[in-house]
Amino acid sequence: MDEVIRVEGLTKQFGTLAVLRGIDCSIRASEVVCVIGPSGSGKSTFLRCLNGLEDASGGQVLVGGVSVHDPKTDVDALRSEIGMVFQRFNLFPHKTVLENITLAPTKVRGLSSAQAHSRAHELLVKVGLLDKIDAYPNQLSGGQQQRVAIARALAMQPRIMLFDEPTSALDPEMVGEVLAVMQALAEEGMTMVVVTHEMGFARQVADRVLFIDEGLVVEEGTPADLFDRPQEERTRRFLSKVL
Amino acid sequence: MEQVLWFGWFRADIIAEYAVLFWRGLQMTILVTLICIVQGTALGLGVGMARLAEARHAPARQLCRFALRWPATVYVSFFRGTPLFVQILLIHFAVLPLFINPADGLLISGETARNLKQNYGAFLSGVLALTLNAGAYISEIFRAGIQSIDRGQVEASRSLGMSFPRTMFHVVLPQAFRRMLPPLGNNAISLLKDSSLISAIGLAELAYAARTVAGAYSRYWEPYLTISLMYWVLTLGLAYVVKNLEARYGRGDTR
Repeated sequence: MDEVIRVEGLTKQFGTLAVLRGIDCSIRASEVVCVIGPSGSGKSTFLRCLNGLEDASGGQVLVGGVSVHDPKTDVDALRSEIGMVFQRFNLFPHKTVLENITLAPTKVRGLSSAQAHSRAHELLVKVGLLDKIDAYPNQLSGGQQQRVAIARALAMQPRIMLFDEPTSALDPEMVGEVLAVMQALAEEGMTMVVVTHEMGFARQVADRVLFIDEGLVVEEGTPADLFDRPQEERTRRFLSKVL
Repeated sequence: MEQVLWFGWFRADIIAEYAVLFWRGLQMTILVTLICIVQGTALGLGVGMARLAEARHAPARQLCRFALRWPATVYVSFFRGTPLFVQILLIHFAVLPLFINPADGLLISGETARNLKQNYGAFLSGVLALTLNAGAYISEIFRAGIQSIDRGQVEASRSLGMSFPRTMFHVVLPQAFRRMLPPLGNNAISLLKDSSLISAIGLAELAYAARTVAGAYSRYWEPYLTISLMYWVLTLGLAYVVKNLEARYGRGDTR
């Protein structure tokens, strides 16, 4: 059991609003963890704390044994090992698909442009968008943009991938293509934390599901346990609304 | 020289006689404008970033507030809140002599100071005042441009392990620059026109040339109409350059 992420008593306060109220969890290498919960429950904030996009108010997050929120931590080095995919894709609109993917590997990893190019090539084949290599993001559909965003994150060869509601901004017919890429990634053994409303995906791909509500992990377990035999009343209430 | 009348009233011979003066004035106006655009943009970038400086942890947090944001805010407020004309006079007659003075200049003194003041005094003061003034306005353009970029862009870049300066340079500024071009263009045009105020401290640029000619002949239509046309052509040229830049940097932009 090879722990890569450890969260201890994580709290997050926005002014007087307590968004996270003490979250503990541990994620092993190659594990796929889906985080579900009602909107405003703190699940996105939790995810953003994992790579330090959000400060912690209390508690700590350890990634590979390194404390994410310690001021002495080289947060850039840490983040280069943690890929992140956003709800709104956040591709760089002034750069082509190729440039989006090669930017960080050349600047942060010091790859030559030839090396970065061939890596981008491979990844675009993987997400099925090689023909869009010279397109600009605004020439792509939402699903295509999200697949490019996944390729961009993977180009850093991260050990962990975080997904923040990656299909929530997509038209329904494009959700499948993005989930397929994510499923393939999970099958390759990538460690993944996925905040999602796609219960079907969570059930099928996740090793473990966390149900977060009001800033706490209310219940966690295998998809079968959590979806079919929820123990907590709040979990049951939530599931009855979304399933 | 023989009088040459255009349309029965325009003494073209006056302009021809002073062609060299107008030509030198034009060169000086262009030189001052270019220097101030370049320096003002660099200054504006620095000040604009300083006004946005934030850090998470002490002591960098306090440093950003007191050593960067506050001085930058005061600077911008002062130079936007006082007339450029007054700034030029203040810098030429009060600030510059403090630093460059034959007797006790803080920066340069002695014979060098005397020569410098005599030959380049108006030029230095004028360029300094115009740069400081333009820097204040341009910093606001940078600040607005940077703030207009979606937070998600910064987050995406940082999540890839890109440092803050790299994120600024490769992700935020190129996008902000596209949006800043129209206001920067307007600012450059203002700068070009405002450079005429430096004639008040005796810099031989276009407006100074016109005043000289007007004084010599007691005729006002000819010199001032001439430089008006020259300014107009210059501002049209600047507007054209900005338009082309906008088209060039517009790639990938959705709006």
